[in-house]
Amino acid sequence: MQAIRRNVLRMLAITVAAVLLPVRRLAAEWNKPAFDSEDMNRSLALIGAQETQPSDQIRFKTPEIAENGAIVPIEIESRLPDTEIMYVLVEKNPQPLAASFRFAGGAEPFVATRIKMNETSRAMLVVKAGGKYYSAEREVKVTIGGCG
Amino acid sequence: MSDKMRMRVTLLEGDVAEVKVLIFHPMETGLRKDPATGELVPRHFIRTVVATHNGKPVLECGWSRAVSRNPFLHFRVRGASAGDRIVISWEDNRGERETMESAVG
Repeated sequence: MQAIRRNVLRMLAITVAAVLLPVRRLAAEWNKPAFDSEDMNRSLALIGAQETQPSDQIRFKTPEIAENGAIVPIEIESRLPDTEIMYVLVEKNPQPLAASFRFAGGAEPFVATRIKMNETSRAMLVVKAGGKYYSAEREVKVTIGGCG
Repeated sequence: MSDKMRMRVTLLEGDVAEVKVLIFHPMETGLRKDPATGELVPRHFIRTVVATHNGKPVLECGWSRAVSRNPFLHFRVRGASAGDRIVISWEDNRGERETMESAVG
């Protein structure tokens, strides 16, 4: 009886997992608390990156001077094995966490995009690879703020 | 052809597909005043973007209102060959969504 119940429970668990997993994989997450946070350290804590270490295997390309804070081109890249996700944060934006990029399948851990910066600020790339967090920082001088 | 998105997928050396996407979206921060009325324009921004390669997720983006207006996204996928399907889908904070697909060329 016990064995049957265990088997039934196991089957049930597998069925539930089979139903839920594809949905979770297709629906991209949006980490609301982390995106809503107005404090850099709290944003870092909410993505699990209280402690990060520098690495020469990650590349964070930003302009030194952004004349228009509404369009700041950035490139992020990791050569660390098992890179799972990369985050871009801007310390002096109203909410520091700007974007996250999660890689799966054959995606190379590289993205180029454009972000807004409210004022001159430290920008930070956080890379989670093999369960550990790494970071790189850049100071970007902004001539005209881009959040208004 | 969507009027809300443009994408180009190019096969680079070997098996790497280069994907460049341009999405036409205001990405309103909620901090900008409408010059005509003086009222703040409500927040309106893309929150998630998912890219798949032949149906399998390869990139999942979480975006804030700090991604620039008319977002540009450039990434690369290894293990691609000509004719493979790349699909990009996004959804914004109002629940508006759009999908576009392109073949690796």
